[in-house]
Amino acid sequence: MRREGKPPAELERIAREARWRVIETVASSKAGHVGGPLSATDLLVALYFSQMRIDPTEPMAIDRDRFILSKGHSAIGLYSVLALRGYFPVEELSTFDHGNSRLQGHPDMLLTPGVDSSTGSLGQGLAIGSGMAMAAKRKRLDFHTWVMIGDGEIEEGMVWESVICAPRYGLDNLTAIIDLNGLQQYGWPKSEDDRWDRGEPMGHVDLGAVFEGFGWNVIQIDGHDFEQILGAYAEAEMFRGSSGKPTAILARTQKGHGVSFTAGTYKWHNGVPTAEQLDLARAELMGGGR
Amino acid sequence: MDAKAQRLVWGETLTMLGRDDDRILVIDGDLATSTRADIFADALPEQFIQGGIAEQNMVGMALGLSTLGYRPWLSSFSVFLTHRILDQLRMLVSQTKAPIRLAGSYAGLLNGASGKTHQDLIDLAIMRQLPNMTVLAPADAVEAEAVIRWAAEHDGPVYLRLARDPVANIFGTDYTFTPAIPVVLQDGEEALVISTGVQTVRTSEALRLIAAEGRIFRHVHVPMLKPLSTEALVESIGGHRVIVTVEEHSIIGGLGSLVMEHLSDAGMTATVHRIGLSDGWSESAPNPFLLEKYGLSAERVAAQIRVAVPAEALT
Repeated sequence: MRREGKPPAELERIAREARWRVIETVASSKAGHVGGPLSATDLLVALYFSQMRIDPTEPMAIDRDRFILSKGHSAIGLYSVLALRGYFPVEELSTFDHGNSRLQGHPDMLLTPGVDSSTGSLGQGLAIGSGMAMAAKRKRLDFHTWVMIGDGEIEEGMVWESVICAPRYGLDNLTAIIDLNGLQQYGWPKSEDDRWDRGEPMGHVDLGAVFEGFGWNVIQIDGHDFEQILGAYAEAEMFRGSSGKPTAILARTQKGHGVSFTAGTYKWHNGVPTAEQLDLARAELMGGGR
Repeated sequence: MDAKAQRLVWGETLTMLGRDDDRILVIDGDLATSTRADIFADALPEQFIQGGIAEQNMVGMALGLSTLGYRPWLSSFSVFLTHRILDQLRMLVSQTKAPIRLAGSYAGLLNGASGKTHQDLIDLAIMRQLPNMTVLAPADAVEAEAVIRWAAEHDGPVYLRLARDPVANIFGTDYTFTPAIPVVLQDGEEALVISTGVQTVRTSEALRLIAAEGRIFRHVHVPMLKPLSTEALVESIGGHRVIVTVEEHSIIGGLGSLVMEHLSDAGMTATVHRIGLSDGWSESAPNPFLLEKYGLSAERVAAQIRVAVPAEALT
């Protein structure tokens, strides 16, 4: 297993292409989520193209780093990155949400190469990651388990069962990445300090203090700044085997980031772009015109 | 084997199995002294994981552990496993086919007078709906040990219904468990009685009471409700066309419903009388009171069988 270790400039290029694949696939499948996949894209690209020790030709290798997309409705974001990384052909993205496809609306570990756990019903990923991290400790396996959770998702009570339990077992080989995109499907009434067009899921909560209080390492970053993302991942990796605590990376992001008409609005939680919007997105992400 | 509570058999048997198989883990929802997971914990502390009062997280951890080769048993009251975390079981156990075992203790009506909040009267109905789930309801301590040994080797999800309190053993030490196959306990000219779980023991007793009147019923026990071989069930029915089902479970979706589904699949017609818990709530009370009031004591079962199958109807 080895890290790809691509530099930030290269990651930015890959992230633009991954975003384009998300938009293109949702448009052609006429189904899927957009806002969440786009807020998570940079965090995902940095994991798969720089941080994680993986080998797409050996997706079940015992000593690979694991990734669980707890916010499973962002599946197309994960699939785009997995395809670009070589787990399956990019052309296969066009089967997303079609009958008989390996690319289900939510991740299925029995179907899709590179998908380490099935998810979709929110709140479950951190518990699964805790089990993997615990198994790694028991078997003295040298890998890191990364779990991505949405900020709307952490309204689910199950998340907090896992947040309480993981430090008890000293799971410093477990990192939760919270995609704080500030919006959920419809959301709460907006208050004065909310950034976007609806109230933030965790706008009233000091999440850093909360995770620290539960016994986690906390790293706070801009989730669209690759220098900061890679720095946070390196720090989390440094904590592994040394800190005795799981790590939470609180990544400030923007829902629908990278495309002008989807950015910062709850209205693109899910949706299908029109032909004109598709052209605009292509121009913004990949350059050139039609 | 002496009459022994199934929960105790579970704690002891799993401890024996766990000594030779370090893939076996127990994840406890902080009920170990009740479920007897404490026996396992004391003997094999390295294979015991305290999950705390957090059943949802327990299922997720079990899936994560299973992806690295472990075979975790979740231990709690059945009502929490089958109701509180049904979504997690659906997503992370049924869908993934993971080798996760659910030891549902204190199942049914008799739960040490904890009452209706902790009685699980629809666990079989719920669990048999889940794809890939094997559902077991052993009759006594002997069969409990046999199915626990079988479940430990099974390469997929298992739900195991375990009773809190001891019942008399109806099986001898020569008993062999065969998956998916009903067990014919006794042949008889009168109608057929089919039962499951520990209620089979009280049903046997009921049939002895009726036998004193010169009426011998055929008695079939179903230890594995899913999968269940339709062919084997039909064979066990032995041509009877009047059937009484008896279960310590709601009559909606449990053994009685299951029998009718299989009869229908087989194109058989029969009259089926379902004895079990009606569509309602129970209460906190000692076992004899509950069995009497809710119609599951040997005497009450015998009385209901006499009404369902009057002596003159078959002569």
